[in-house]
Amino acid sequence: MRAPSQTDIAAGEVLLSVENVSLSFGGVRAIRDVSFDIRKGEIRAIIGPNGAGKTSMLNVINGFYTPQQGKITFKGGTRNKMRPYDAARGGIARTFQNVALFRGMTALDNIMAGRTLRMHRGLFWQMLRFGPAMREEVAHRRRAEEIIDFLHIEHIRKVQVGRLPYGLQKRVELARALAMEPELLLLDEPMAGMNLEEKEDMSRFVLDVNQHYGTTIALIEHDMGVVMDLSDRVVVLDYGQKIADGTPDEVKSNQAVIDAYLGVAH
Amino acid sequence: MDILYKILIDPFMQMFGAPDLLVQTLWEGLVGGMLYALIALGFVLIFKASGVFNFAQGIMVVFAALSLVGLHAAGIPAFAALALTVVVMLALAWSVERAVLRPLVNQPDIILFMATFGLTYFLIGFGELIFGGDPKVMITEELFLPKGRINIAAFGGMVSLQKLDIAAAIIATTMVVVLSVFFSKTRIGRALRAVADSHKAALSVGISLEQIWVIVWFAAGLVALVTGIMWGARSDVSFALEIIALKALPVLILGGFTSIPGAIVGGLIIGVGEKIAEFYWGPLIGGGTDSWFAFVIALIFLLFWPHGLFGEKIIERI
Amino acid sequence: MFYREVGQYKTSYAADQAIFPIMQDRIGMVVIILGAYALTFTNNDFLLNAMMTPFLIFTLAAIGLNILTGYTGLLSLGTGAFMGVGAYACYKLTTLFPGVNIIIWILASGFFSALVGVIFGLPSLRIKGFYLAVATLAAQFFLEWCFIRIPWLYNYNTSAAIEVPTRTLFGIPVTGATATAETRYLVVLTIVIAMTWIASNIVHGRVGRMWMAVRDMDIAAELIGIRLLPTKLLAFAVSSFYCGVAGAMMVFLWYGGAESTVFSINQSFFVLFMVIIGGLGSLLGSYLGAGLIFMLPIILRLVPPRFGIPVHAATVEHITFMIVGALIVFFLIVEPHGLARLWQIAKQKLRVWPFPY
Repeated sequence: MRAPSQTDIAAGEVLLSVENVSLSFGGVRAIRDVSFDIRKGEIRAIIGPNGAGKTSMLNVINGFYTPQQGKITFKGGTRNKMRPYDAARGGIARTFQNVALFRGMTALDNIMAGRTLRMHRGLFWQMLRFGPAMREEVAHRRRAEEIIDFLHIEHIRKVQVGRLPYGLQKRVELARALAMEPELLLLDEPMAGMNLEEKEDMSRFVLDVNQHYGTTIALIEHDMGVVMDLSDRVVVLDYGQKIADGTPDEVKSNQAVIDAYLGVAH
Repeated sequence: MDILYKILIDPFMQMFGAPDLLVQTLWEGLVGGMLYALIALGFVLIFKASGVFNFAQGIMVVFAALSLVGLHAAGIPAFAALALTVVVMLALAWSVERAVLRPLVNQPDIILFMATFGLTYFLIGFGELIFGGDPKVMITEELFLPKGRINIAAFGGMVSLQKLDIAAAIIATTMVVVLSVFFSKTRIGRALRAVADSHKAALSVGISLEQIWVIVWFAAGLVALVTGIMWGARSDVSFALEIIALKALPVLILGGFTSIPGAIVGGLIIGVGEKIAEFYWGPLIGGGTDSWFAFVIALIFLLFWPHGLFGEKIIERI
Repeated sequence: MFYREVGQYKTSYAADQAIFPIMQDRIGMVVIILGAYALTFTNNDFLLNAMMTPFLIFTLAAIGLNILTGYTGLLSLGTGAFMGVGAYACYKLTTLFPGVNIIIWILASGFFSALVGVIFGLPSLRIKGFYLAVATLAAQFFLEWCFIRIPWLYNYNTSAAIEVPTRTLFGIPVTGATATAETRYLVVLTIVIAMTWIASNIVHGRVGRMWMAVRDMDIAAELIGIRLLPTKLLAFAVSSFYCGVAGAMMVFLWYGGAESTVFSINQSFFVLFMVIIGGLGSLLGSYLGAGLIFMLPIILRLVPPRFGIPVHAATVEHITFMIVGALIVFFLIVEPHGLARLWQIAKQKLRVWPFPY
């Protein structure tokens, strides 16, 4: 296996763009003809009322859903649909709205699982757990420990994640995503269900990830304060359509956005 | 070329050459399939109402039949024994609810599934301990089930139908109709479907899980009793039925786990399919194909229609 | 008190990633292994041939199934048939090439069942849970049919059974009627220990984490770059390999001969129950579960007569069924992680003894 390739896209250039994407389930049209792009190094927020198609959009980006129409361009390669494996290989990591951790495994094992794509020793060495396999294991353990250190979860590394409180589970999930050393990190409501303090911590982590590792981040969030503070640019979806796109200030004063949030007679 | 001829052409020549044999085989298949369908029906009832995939349904059939025969052998008149067996099935439903389902509420499906393996083995051991392991004869005459055959001269030969099979078909059809009405028209039927969707949600709107489960396991027990009588009348009553009862599983895969018509159609397809395959193609590969035919068909089917013929497609969300 | 890790600091990640990080566990392992080898000197044929050898063989089969069901979350009811593939493959290999050492053929037969396992594992891409269980039933019944209807597999014997020929290792008979209980036991013990060690290495490394990730949440596993089909098929292959070797050993080193009925669906359930009661996703559990389920009928047969209570063989069988059935429900309700989890709790208690926490 080849290591996921790091691209030479410079900061500020388009890393990923979706063009005219439409997605429907049976008769329900979840996304209608949406286009936007994510630039290298930025924090891009996707907002909108419930059922606007935000999570579906992320699912399209990392290949879990197949759109009926549209194109996705990632790192210069254009395709009609992403496949989950290719997305992961290409450096797209993801956290989920309802935490999707491997509940039967320890926090450490979850994070180590995030490094699967970067470990290469085959079954033979795995069987012996000796020499190269052990060296590889230790090298990746070191990387995992750096991330554990970064997110302050040392105390829970050997705890089964199913037993952790929600806030910590979210943090372990972020750690697992970071362990992939992604180029693009998709965060689906990273602060949902958190109290103020936890939200502040998480916001700090998101900014740190963006600045320290230079990771491009796309996040879905309902807390407007958080969105306005963190993000460089915001795209607003409503009923599956894009209604606004721009800097937080532009979006805030956009009439369509205000209508969507406050509600007007359609 | 010869082998191709034997596979592709010869069997059909035989079919058209002797249509009476074909009809006879079809009929045998339908009757066998009806019994699979009845077991599958018990599965569907429980699955619809509790989300539990009840592996023990086949054993419940044997257990019901054994109780009936055993009680009669102990000197109780046939219809009193039948009534008592109904009570036994109610007691079984109640115990299962108490000992297995209630403690496992809200557990993942697969855990409940495996728990029914345990139930299966417990019932086998319990049944054999009480009634003994040797095969027994069903009390057909005492229950006034018809005997003998009707021979119809048709299709250039003779087609022979057992009266018992015809009676079984009538009884089974009645039962299916009653159950369908019960499920779709009554308040309890609606509650059953709610429970199947989500235990938590059903509890939160005030549905009593305990009551629903006892009712539905009792209903499945009654279906098992009817199946047991029909099946026992055709062959012996013994735990050897257990292996045959496993064929209800491919039936469910064809029909979908939640559909009563699906169970019926699936059962008939499997029953007819395996008889035809064994009769016309079986000899080419040494016979005995009916031990696996149903499962392999289900396997192939799964690859193309993972949700069955009548099952509901579920969209995965994350 | 006696079991504590105070003062045992780990100074490297390698030490922390070790399978037995605590000194007492390592010493315990060595003692158990030496003790198992020492049993050879008891010269007790009943103990070795009727208890220890089959116990170890079932353990290996349980480890195989545990890899598939406990670690990867794929329920299989075809274990018996996969064991059968190993047994018949070994028989064909050693009768076709009698010159090659039988140990090599016993291990090689695992590859045949691995191949068959992969073929029947293919549907696992699209289906899971009960659906997959039914797919493995197809394997069970189809293969069982093959064992009866393809006479080539048993060399056209009129008895339709495998009869194990005598094969030697360093001039000492290992299989066949002349092999002693001690030799067979030593061979089985060595193979089972070696394969347990390998299994333990696999499940603690990258591959094991991939399996568990697929078990716990396949969608998330896919999105972190684990390809589901190869991962599941690898689990089928490794699992069936273990079952195949167990099947070959069962016929060659225990029964000395077998018909297709040995590999029936009941065998599949027998092994599955060992895994459930021992603990899903635990190698130690495979040992405990195999021990409990296999020893239970023996104990039921031997103990009551000691107290003057006569029992029929049939009654023992029925009561065994009832107890096993009840135990399964009991463990699923009370402790889904089985005996292995109870052992962990006991260890934790020992560690802090005499204090409650």
